Amino acid sequence: MMAEINWPGVWAIFHHEMMRFFRTIWQSLASPVVSTVLYFVVFGAAIGGRIQSVEGVPYGAFIVPGLMMLTVLQQSVSNASFGIYFPKFSGTIYEYLVSPVGWVEVTMGFVGAAAAKAILIALIILLTSFGFVGVHILHPFWMLAFLFLTALGFSLLGFILGLWAKSFEQLQIVPMMVITPLVFLGGAFYSASMLPPFWEAVAKLNPVLYLISGFRWSFFGLADVPVGVSLVAVAIFIGICFAIIRWIFMTGWRLRE
Amino acid sequence: MTGIIEIDNLSKEYGGGTKALSNVSMSIEEGEIIALLGPNGAGKTTLISIICGLVVPTGGSVRVGGYDIGKDWRAARKLIGLVPQEIALEPFETVLNCVRFTRGLYGEGPDDAYIEQVLRSLALWEKRNAATKELSGGMKRRVLIAKALAHRPKVLFLDEPTAGVDVALRREMWQVVEGLRRDGVTIILTTHYLEEAEEMADRIGVINKGQLLLVKPKDELMGEFGGKTLRIELDEPLQAIPSELAGRGLVLAPDGLEISYDYDTRAERTGIARLLGDLAAQGITVRDVSTRQSSLEEVFITLVQEDRAEKAENAA
Repeated sequence: MMAEINWPGVWAIFHHEMMRFFRTIWQSLASPVVSTVLYFVVFGAAIGGRIQSVEGVPYGAFIVPGLMMLTVLQQSVSNASFGIYFPKFSGTIYEYLVSPVGWVEVTMGFVGAAAAKAILIALIILLTSFGFVGVHILHPFWMLAFLFLTALGFSLLGFILGLWAKSFEQLQIVPMMVITPLVFLGGAFYSASMLPPFWEAVAKLNPVLYLISGFRWSFFGLADVPVGVSLVAVAIFIGICFAIIRWIFMTGWRLRE
Repeated sequence: MTGIIEIDNLSKEYGGGTKALSNVSMSIEEGEIIALLGPNGAGKTTLISIICGLVVPTGGSVRVGGYDIGKDWRAARKLIGLVPQEIALEPFETVLNCVRFTRGLYGEGPDDAYIEQVLRSLALWEKRNAATKELSGGMKRRVLIAKALAHRPKVLFLDEPTAGVDVALRREMWQVVEGLRRDGVTIILTTHYLEEAEEMADRIGVINKGQLLLVKPKDELMGEFGGKTLRIELDEPLQAIPSELAGRGLVLAPDGLEISYDYDTRAERTGIARLLGDLAAQGITVRDVSTRQSSLEEVFITLVQEDRAEKAENAA
């Protein structure tokens, strides 16, 4: 299977997608950085000043992993969905369908680029946060691993969204109506243990909670759920996304007549 | 000898039961230009879309360069270049990057010297750093051709290459195709401009309602279906065709200054010499003589009408 992969094809798609990002580098970077600064000012300084600490971690630092996750999730989904939707919209999708690239190459190219952009932006947010709060990362390797897996998983989800969408409205509605609420309710700004027992149980149905929890653990060693459970949850999520994408390309759903 | 493209019993039926193609079989030889002719909705685009991988067939098979388009799709697609009917380009991308990108998709490493050669041959080199949205319609279409040639395909599909293109540009496009033929590229083009098929193709396939009515060398097709007309210009106007010349299907022009005579080039005797002799015998002075072959348009209309008549007969 590996021998069959058209690597120059993967690179062509990846490079093409990254070039689009760098063409609009300031727009791509400015908006997440500005919104992060606002979160720090509002939640970290104004409100956080009264909260003091959560489970021994200063509130300003506590929200850093949540903010990074919020951005990674939003960026992964929007980059990947837009990346594949745009050729569908402009008609250039035909090129991917007639050239010797299969679902593996197309997915690696688009999802790889979307994930790379999201990771880059998350790291810039981390650097920005150093200017506001003292953040110490306990497990840097696992921090990067969670970042990578989350970016990968949600870029895959975004890719499916882009393949499914028939209009720009559909493309925007899912991130707005689904992703953002899941992140806010997934403990980006609080610990699930701060919730009453019933709501804590409900919150644990939210897959994003496992991501944020695992990610926060890599920073502070604190987790709402065991880290192993977080990793397994992400792995299952990625596996399901791959299976759906494979099915879409094999059947040609919304791609081929 | 097997052709570079072998189409066997190819069919496509859409969800609603619409048959876009019915049992189409044909063989395309390497290096030839074949024009697929047919009215709108005849199935031309469906046929080439299946070969290129855009549409999934419901029956039959296609081999390109010996590779099955289903089982050996990677190898088959590497041999093919497609210029689609609709202009579809990334608006903010430069011409050069567009072509490089396509080359990459086909698994080929960078080769800027070859890309330069392609862009120069299509008169696009000067525009290589322009974003595609800044180009004229004709240039955009040439960019599509450049992209389709980026990986040196052996077979090039041109789907309605001159649809909505002005006359000058159409001529220009024909020259491009002629150049590609010289390089040995096999070309399959669809068109509903008969003039285009007449001008460029070696062979012509006529498609109507999803069926391939025939595939023939252009000259043979024209010879078979195309009678010729002899036009005789006269010095003095005639009131009527003299009774001595009746029964030969002669038609006198309203001004009485021209007689036209239809004849069959394949007949043993065309009757031209006798007619001219008889005119002289009647004291009719001939000023000039010319012949005219029926155009492909007439041939095409005849074919499609025959097909309709046959179907009506079968139905009755």
